[in-house]
Amino acid sequence: MVAFILRRLIQSLFVMFFVALVSFSMFRFVGDPVNQMVGIETSIAEREALRERLGLNDPFMVQFGRYIGKAATGEFGISYQHKRPVAEMLVERMPATLELALVSAVFSLLLGVPMGVYAGLNRDGFISKVLLSVSLVGISLPTFLIGILLIFFFSVQLNLLPSFGRGGLIDIGLWKTGLLTIDGWKSLIMPSITLGLFQLTLIMRLVRSEMLEVLRTDYIKFARARGLTNRAVHFGHALKNTLVPVITITGLQLGSIIAFAIITETVFQWPGMGQMFLQAVTTVDIPIMAAYLMLIAFFFVVINLIVDLLYYVVDPRLRVDTGKASGHG
Amino acid sequence: MPLLEVENLVVEFPTRRGTLTAVNDISLHIDEGEVLGVVGESGAGKSMTGAAIIGLLEPPGRVASGRILLEGERIDNLPYEKMRRIRGKRIGAIFQDPLTSLNPLYSVGRQLVETIQTHTDLSPTQARARAIELLTEVGIPAPERRVDQYPHQFSGGMRQRVVIALALCVNPRLIIADEPTTALDVSIQAQIIALLKRLCREHGTAVMLVTHDMGVIAETADRVAVMYAGRIAEIGPVREVIKNAKHPYTHGLMGSIPSIGHDSERLEQIPGSMPRLTDIPTGCAFNPRCPHAFDKCRTVRPDLLPIEDSWTACWLYDGEEGRNKEASKKLVAETKADAVLEGNNG
Amino acid sequence: MADTNMTSGSGFMDGMRRFFDGDIWYSFTRSPVTMVAAAITFLYFFMAAFGPLVAPHDPFDLASITLLDASLPPAWMEYGDPRFLLGTDIQGRDVLSAIIYGSRVSLLIGFASVILSLILGVGLGLISGFVGGAIDAFIMRVAEIQLSFPSILIALLINGVLRGVIELQNQADLAYAVLILSIGLSNWVQYARTVRGSTMVERNKEYVQAAHVIGIRPVLIMWRHILPNVLGPVLVIATIQLALAIIAEATLSFLGVGLPPTEPSLGTLIRVGNDYLFSGEWWITIFPGAALAILVLAVNLLGDWLRDALNPKLR
Repeated sequence: MVAFILRRLIQSLFVMFFVALVSFSMFRFVGDPVNQMVGIETSIAEREALRERLGLNDPFMVQFGRYIGKAATGEFGISYQHKRPVAEMLVERMPATLELALVSAVFSLLLGVPMGVYAGLNRDGFISKVLLSVSLVGISLPTFLIGILLIFFFSVQLNLLPSFGRGGLIDIGLWKTGLLTIDGWKSLIMPSITLGLFQLTLIMRLVRSEMLEVLRTDYIKFARARGLTNRAVHFGHALKNTLVPVITITGLQLGSIIAFAIITETVFQWPGMGQMFLQAVTTVDIPIMAAYLMLIAFFFVVINLIVDLLYYVVDPRLRVDTGKASGHG
Repeated sequence: MPLLEVENLVVEFPTRRGTLTAVNDISLHIDEGEVLGVVGESGAGKSMTGAAIIGLLEPPGRVASGRILLEGERIDNLPYEKMRRIRGKRIGAIFQDPLTSLNPLYSVGRQLVETIQTHTDLSPTQARARAIELLTEVGIPAPERRVDQYPHQFSGGMRQRVVIALALCVNPRLIIADEPTTALDVSIQAQIIALLKRLCREHGTAVMLVTHDMGVIAETADRVAVMYAGRIAEIGPVREVIKNAKHPYTHGLMGSIPSIGHDSERLEQIPGSMPRLTDIPTGCAFNPRCPHAFDKCRTVRPDLLPIEDSWTACWLYDGEEGRNKEASKKLVAETKADAVLEGNNG
Repeated sequence: MADTNMTSGSGFMDGMRRFFDGDIWYSFTRSPVTMVAAAITFLYFFMAAFGPLVAPHDPFDLASITLLDASLPPAWMEYGDPRFLLGTDIQGRDVLSAIIYGSRVSLLIGFASVILSLILGVGLGLISGFVGGAIDAFIMRVAEIQLSFPSILIALLINGVLRGVIELQNQADLAYAVLILSIGLSNWVQYARTVRGSTMVERNKEYVQAAHVIGIRPVLIMWRHILPNVLGPVLVIATIQLALAIIAEATLSFLGVGLPPTEPSLGTLIRVGNDYLFSGEWWITIFPGAALAILVLAVNLLGDWLRDALNPKLR
């Protein structure tokens, strides 16, 4: 098991390395960093001096090494647009995005899994068919359109929920949370539904198809032949066997929820990292783009490792022989 | 009263392109403690018959007509919950592939305990003790340790032993064993068959042994039913059917068992293959492959007739060419369905 | 050699025939939902192709637009004007016509980016599967990493980088190219993985080995023997990707990094109209939104059906 985790760690490092390379290349080659930092009146000599001081004349590998070293200590340079350290800006906006992502993830899991199980067990039932058709509509609606529709109904027409911002916030040290005020929760409802709906439909469809798959297996047939109750067969045997693929996909989805937040944050003017990233894309603020990419990659890698650990909890086949574990890459 | 009676069972599969009849008007019975072998090529309907008896036909398959009686009580039309209580407790089942019959995520002990607790009032501790006892009984070494291990830690043969333990764990009166050794190594097959035979004799359990392996039948069964294209071609005591096969198809099946001692002889093969359920020929379903087929075989379907000690559905034993013309005609007229069940014992 | 040419020439047709043969047509005629979806998709294609002829007004003809007609509600509502079935926007443009022109733009970009990612993905997949070794490992690693990020994030990054590279004054002109590139480059992975899989299977089959032995060039083998065999799955992916590409374009335009309001796609229309949602002119944004949703849903339904029809096991 230790070997397996080590292998995964090395893979994760490779991913981070690759992403760092991409993000450094962006940083270094898209536009001229010096031009972004100085005014038009700066002389060529002064520019050259700055270039030398920043180390931009060093060999590529040296610069890249320095970039990685800095990134590892949480330093991502200065935003072209805002003239502030990128890391500081990210930290400021991280709580908003993480709270939104977390609430949407919980929302999509809590509804998606039971709905999927139901639809899998009653594959020809009326409600299952309705769920399935609605889920196709859910997948076809672009995220931003869902947000707009929600705002249209609940803010404009019914005036029930706030259409933008995070509502009342409370400071816990560095972390500004909206989870401790009623106002904050009210502001969270629509954004998290918007963000979570796509994942919800995906999880539901996945759980359903996995259930259908597992229900066809021999051990389910044998469990029935042993006279086990439907409850034991469905929830004890079938559901547990759907967990491995469900955990995989859900884990990946959690990573993408954080990234998908870009759209939701824009629709609801949610002051998170995604909104900042989008502004950076519009103004070609490369340091922010690069840092955001690294951060997302980091989240992704961490979530993947957690997923790997969860496999061990669920599947005994992985616990014993590490040799076979590679099949679950 | 026989333990199990199947009367005129018809199993159908409605499909997009019409209804397929997988089992077509089958009648058989199994006595207490008796081993009935059911042989035939894949698709002959033998597994389907087994699935119908334990009430686990995969939808859209369904029992279209006929009756199934367990100890005189009709079980083919029971509601799901009542049938569930019979499964495992009064009729056990063993499936073909031990590698896939066990849930990979639970220890074998847990799977035994849950089955025991489903059908009895034993406490968790008692159930666990019983589980260990069962593992000992099926010949698994170090059962106290093995009970907490997972299926992937057992070899194929050991897993099939666990499956047998699971099927026997609350002492059912009947076990449906569907190709229990097909997926195993040849060297293990004999062990498993011997184990099954021994345990069933000790517990007085009757077995319906579904297989395509005549050798296994010869070794294990008391009586044998030969199935072809959803129907019974020949049924009778195992020695009679093997030594004195009547139906040309049974002859063919015998020919395809290699026997030591006759190594100079070529292994006989039945030409052609079994018809698909979508286009079963009229008359006797075997007629296109039968070396002895004549006009009547191609138009009229033969019923099971008593010939010597077994029952055979073949026109060779009827009409002008038949040996038992008078006797069989009389019997058919008098007994029909009931006689099929009674007469087989002889 | 002539003989090989014969068989391989018809190999392509064989693939196509196998593809359209069998149960596919049957399953189409048996699924009313699919038929409706196909009809709707066709309607959109028709509108896209003949947009200027079909649209009641030309939303870009400044001469015909007057502020007098601005912000009219749909025709059936109070103050509605029968000339403008779905109302007008704040500059007095006919919403229905804007939708027709916008669908044209959305479909154009959708198709172009699907074709781009298809060529890229199928090409890389063929190379990866056929050549194997380090090249295969590298391509698949990159694909794996890219796949772990949502494609919209990749598209946004490519978009940002491209606009950093392109001179400011050219950006409006190149908006189409930027969009097609960012969406196309962010969606090649699925094709590559599928094609690679089938290629590896096909590569080891005897007829390919035989072709290899007679000395037919690898490129020719791939083109004539392997490609026809992967057409089915590729077509399914392409259909589903078309829906995704349309969504991606709309999303990018909605986020303000897509097409400018002077050349609005459906996404741009929604973005522009969104500002007036609160002042009560909901039709400016809701109708383009509905048009987008219906188009995507129809294409998705077609894709779903196609996948099931080609792969009955997956159902």
